[in-house]
Amino acid sequence: MTARTAVTLSHLDALEAESVHIFREVAAQFERPGMLFSGGKDSVVMFHLARKAFWPAPMPFPLMHVDTGHNFDEVIEYRDRVVDQTGVQLLVSYVQDDIDAGRVVEETGVGTSRNRLQTAALLRGIQENRFDAVFGGARRDEEKARAKERVFSFRDAFGAWDPRAQRPELWKLYNGNHRKGEHIRVFPLSNWTELDIWQYIEREDIALPPIYYAHQREVIERDGMLLAKTRFLETLPGEEARTELVRFRTVGDATCTGCVESDAADNAAVVAEVAGTRVTERGATRADDRISEAGMEDRKKEGYF
Amino acid sequence: MSEHAQLLRIATAGSVDDGKSTLIGRLLFDSKGIFEDQLASIEATSAKRGDEYTDLALLTDGLRSEREQGITIDVAYRYFSSPRRKFIIADTPGHVQYTRNMVTGASTADVAIILVDARKGVLEQTRRHAFLSALLGIPRLVVAVNKMDLVDYDEATFEAIRTEFTDFAAKLEVHDVTFVPLSALKGDNVVDRSEAMPWYTGPALLDHLENVHIASDRNLTDVRFPVQYVIRPQRADGLDHRSFAGTVAGGIMKVDDEVVVMPSGRQSTIKAIWGPGGAELDEAAAPAAVTIALNDEIDIVRGEMIARPGNRPHQGTELEAMVCWFADDSTLTPNKRYVVKHTTRDTKAIVTGLEYRLDVNTLHRDPDSTELGLNEIGRIGLRTQTPLMYDPYRRNRDTGAFILVDELSGNTVGAGMIIGPATTGSNVVWHAGAVQRGDRGQGRTLWLTGLSGSGKSTIASEVERLLIESGHPAYILDGDNLRHGLNADLGFSAEDRAENIRRTAEVAALFADAGVVVICSLISPMRADRDKARGVHSAADLPFTEVFVDTPLAECEARDPKGLYAKARAGEIPEFTGVSAPYEPPLTPDLHIRPEDGTAEEVAQRIVSSILGV
Repeated sequence: MTARTAVTLSHLDALEAESVHIFREVAAQFERPGMLFSGGKDSVVMFHLARKAFWPAPMPFPLMHVDTGHNFDEVIEYRDRVVDQTGVQLLVSYVQDDIDAGRVVEETGVGTSRNRLQTAALLRGIQENRFDAVFGGARRDEEKARAKERVFSFRDAFGAWDPRAQRPELWKLYNGNHRKGEHIRVFPLSNWTELDIWQYIEREDIALPPIYYAHQREVIERDGMLLAKTRFLETLPGEEARTELVRFRTVGDATCTGCVESDAADNAAVVAEVAGTRVTERGATRADDRISEAGMEDRKKEGYF
Repeated sequence: MSEHAQLLRIATAGSVDDGKSTLIGRLLFDSKGIFEDQLASIEATSAKRGDEYTDLALLTDGLRSEREQGITIDVAYRYFSSPRRKFIIADTPGHVQYTRNMVTGASTADVAIILVDARKGVLEQTRRHAFLSALLGIPRLVVAVNKMDLVDYDEATFEAIRTEFTDFAAKLEVHDVTFVPLSALKGDNVVDRSEAMPWYTGPALLDHLENVHIASDRNLTDVRFPVQYVIRPQRADGLDHRSFAGTVAGGIMKVDDEVVVMPSGRQSTIKAIWGPGGAELDEAAAPAAVTIALNDEIDIVRGEMIARPGNRPHQGTELEAMVCWFADDSTLTPNKRYVVKHTTRDTKAIVTGLEYRLDVNTLHRDPDSTELGLNEIGRIGLRTQTPLMYDPYRRNRDTGAFILVDELSGNTVGAGMIIGPATTGSNVVWHAGAVQRGDRGQGRTLWLTGLSGSGKSTIASEVERLLIESGHPAYILDGDNLRHGLNADLGFSAEDRAENIRRTAEVAALFADAGVVVICSLISPMRADRDKARGVHSAADLPFTEVFVDTPLAECEARDPKGLYAKARAGEIPEFTGVSAPYEPPLTPDLHIRPEDGTAEEVAQRIVSSILGV
């Protein structure tokens, strides 16, 4: 009989162990944690890891979805199915509520998205649910400002990030101190890369929304990016929709999340494709990151995750 | 990269213009770790700024203020992979707030890469980074001698830097140092071997990083399991499950192992070990995150420690530590109170004393200092409100590390590395007038001599454990550890080795006088030096036992636990006992230990029986 051991760890085992340690640390240090969940691959992996961390007890915190209203239908169906199957509590903070109440003003015109408006709904959700720690699925390899983020990221009473006043973070010692009104954003996937995520999805056989795999879709090409033709997307004169074999590398607001041409129809094919790609997932698929070189940094300072 | 690839954590260090960013850029670029859109973005920014070449530093300088000022403010983490390994690079800034950031990036590193500009050689900055790497316990250094293209790929230049650095590193007790001559700009010896330096026979940098052996860095000896979280599902279906979740911090935990829960001291055995999600395991080692169940109902909470009954961590409230101060708006001063975060335990603590402040550039110790400011390092005494269960940092980075948190702001203000329990023994000596030696119990010195790798330290640990368990005060003076503190200023010349033995013998005699059984574990190759140590004791009328751990050279070399023989044979360690320096075996040792005498435990038992007569 071969011994079942955790003495030699592969890089996926080591990343999993680090994330599990972080989940348990948060559950032990905080009163009311919550986990951001969009149905995207990173939040799906994060949720999978969190459930493993507390086995056989249920995950001791709820999920929260910041809903822009501009969703891919397949993702919302997936989200609701996950909630049904796992019995986890799902809270939803709607951007539309802020728009209706006049707390934020929606930009109009071609090329605008509700991405930036998410920050208000996120902060409101945190406040209404009195969360003192909020898990996010962000990874340091996604973007250069995120490469500077701590695993435990202190946020002031306005939810803001101050990159110059971050707490040093050493060893496995995570400092969750905060006062009332302040909170900590926690990023258990900090050290994972896009390829790690897909290798783990393949290894653990994790189900994802179908739009992550190659499928035929009507798309509009704009600024070198393929945007899905949906009921939310305003088109410019002369923009023609065409059908392509595509898949999504990230899932977000449908108006600014592009897809890529791909014939990768299952996890193994996606792993192979990601291993060979020469463009980052954000570079390929996120229109809003192209606004300025410090787009992400600026949004994080406002309270974005 | 396969999913079974290994994870290697690297910290980089170097001074401002030594080409660190270029090297990281080169590693990332040549290993496909830079993507086209990232490259296009930094090319555009470089062009906008009017740079003559694409500034690869823009890759790691992720903040607006960093790019605007062209400086690196904070640690950035970068990722790349090769077929065999996944690498995480903590890119630490060279100049601004150097110590704090280097310490942050280095705390979890397996390997440190220190860049040296071939034209400038070993600088103050190089020494500082080497010292910090040693202090942080990074087991391996790579000295990347960069810009070789600007010195005509000259071998003599490289050799001079290697010699100078090796001499300095000997004082730091950093044994595993690899030197690579390279040009980050031209790509020589970074990913591919360079044809411009045929005299260099070692691997290219990436090749070295792919193959460096890291498994042996883990402490697989001392079982340490800080309890992080208790899992106790409340379920209507009557499931009765109670287990303890945590991350293994040392040793190999096995089902059926006898364990002790500290600080309660209650004992039980391990009933089951589960990986994340409930995968049943037979054994687990650091850094696995697991859940364990015990065979007895014991009340256990977060912050407690599970260990083996015969191998427990230190437990106490008075300890000594090296601290690096991080706060720019306050200083560390004696009598100040903080919160200590150590493993999974938080407790209040008071700084009982600042023994000295260390100048990281000169390694000079200032015992008259009264405070530590931003980026300063010093040795402090600490008293905690509740006991910590800990090991010296050099033995275990997870159970030997802590952070200090400001009580009011909640901010992390210091990083600490535990040296050991506070040495209160000296007080007994100072106030000796009122106490006679007979009042203190019988102290004595056991002097273990033998080649590197002969097993001295293992035997010494066992002897110490047996003595403490049977109620005898005992303490190890380990040659390696002494060179970290008391003898940190000494090298390996004949004179320095003699001085090393002299000081150790004097300290041992003080301990023995204080009623402690001192176990000295030093190679101590020269007969004359050992005889002088005996002389110090006989002059003070203290018992002295010379124990010859007589393991043949071939066997020591085959064991080579620290990889030192391999290096010595490669000519990388000058004056190595048994290889390039002599060892004079004792002619009439008091105890003679040979490999066939049994395990370390059996030998230790024999030594303890012979000196205590039990």
